Amino acid sequence: MEYQFDFGPVFARWPELVQGTFLTIWLSLAATAIGLPIAAVLAATRSYGPRPLRWLVGTYVELIRNTPFLIQLYFVFFAMPGLGIRLSANGAAILAMVVNLVAYAVEIVRAGLEAIPRGQIEAGRALGLGPIRILRHIVLGQALRIVYPALASQFVLQLLGSSLVSAIAAEELTAVANNIMIVTFRNFEVFGVITVIYLGLSLAFRALLGGIHHRAFRWTG
Amino acid sequence: MLRDFGPNEFLFLVTSARWTVVLSLLAFAGGGLLGLVIALCRVSPWRPLRLAMVGYIQVMQGTPALMQLFLVYYGIGLFAIRPDPWVSAAYAFTVSSSAFFAEIWRGCIEAIPRGQWESARSLGLRFPQILQLVVLPQAFRIMIPPTIGYMVQIIKGTSLASLIGFTELARAGQVINTITFEPARVFGSVALIYFVLCWPLSYLSQRLEARIARTRGDAAPLT
Repeated sequence: MEYQFDFGPVFARWPELVQGTFLTIWLSLAATAIGLPIAAVLAATRSYGPRPLRWLVGTYVELIRNTPFLIQLYFVFFAMPGLGIRLSANGAAILAMVVNLVAYAVEIVRAGLEAIPRGQIEAGRALGLGPIRILRHIVLGQALRIVYPALASQFVLQLLGSSLVSAIAAEELTAVANNIMIVTFRNFEVFGVITVIYLGLSLAFRALLGGIHHRAFRWTG
Repeated sequence: MLRDFGPNEFLFLVTSARWTVVLSLLAFAGGGLLGLVIALCRVSPWRPLRLAMVGYIQVMQGTPALMQLFLVYYGIGLFAIRPDPWVSAAYAFTVSSSAFFAEIWRGCIEAIPRGQWESARSLGLRFPQILQLVVLPQAFRIMIPPTIGYMVQIIKGTSLASLIGFTELARAGQVINTITFEPARVFGSVALIYFVLCWPLSYLSQRLEARIARTRGDAAPLT
């Protein structure tokens, strides 16, 4: 018995594929836009904050980094309504992605902050700068340059990892694939096409983020 | 018929965690072996071989692990009536972790100064001998912490197998959730079990890395 590949029925549903692709991109961008500022604040807290707060952020980071994203997603989607917070599938997906991303980004940003020599901060203080201005004029620019590559690859990991949110029926790319599969029975072809789309996305974003890096940090040589 | 989430249900979760452990060990063994071969090809003197491995790693790291799992699962389904979740999961996780191991270990191998390669070559050693006698014994030490660290990713990654119907910890959690409908306690317990499996490895990896950084007198090694 010979299997005949047929991609026709899959490509016939291209509007859904396009829509799913855009939702995948949108979910990742939204989670990053919300998560990065939170991560920056938490990283500063973890590096310079009072001890109990440092410990609190550290516990959060360890808890999230040592449990699977899928379980975090289930917890947000299934358990939060019991606590009186009802979210749509997409809302729960973004919340879980933010919670997950922040834990990884805190560690990345913290490594950047701690790579700045202490002498520079002391020099800033000797010049009479307050903590906010030290952060803004001395630390932030340098730290951003150091952490940018790691954050960029974290973004791509997150884009790929977002395929899991199909498990709670958010309508992104993988969920679209599941829908098409149920109707066309072309399981292998559907996921083949989707995989190629993901590959395209991750290569495109890697190139884009690399290009931004090249332009934004040219002054550093 | 709803059940309460009691000690028996918790015990069911704990016992199904053994399949998470077994699957993780399979992925670690398979992925480690394949990854080592790929890492060695990646640093070999033969350019076409190196380029082929770069392509492999790019594709594996540029696509979601879930897609790799589905493709293996439905790919086997083209030939067999009913694809086996065990075979699919073990194969898919082997393949996807091999690419990450290859990159981690390549970084460690390349952390050994070029001068050592050159002096070994000038002593008349060939590529396999250089690896075996000079580079790998030194690289091995810095390979350990990131390898243990990546095992955490493997354990967490096995939760994806629940989506092709493999009954490990994550799937057991779903099953218990549908009969007890106490998602907070069920998934809280599931998360706790994962944490107990993963955190000691994370901790060990961080400690070893810090120790190596101290003795080398520089920043933490690559990856």
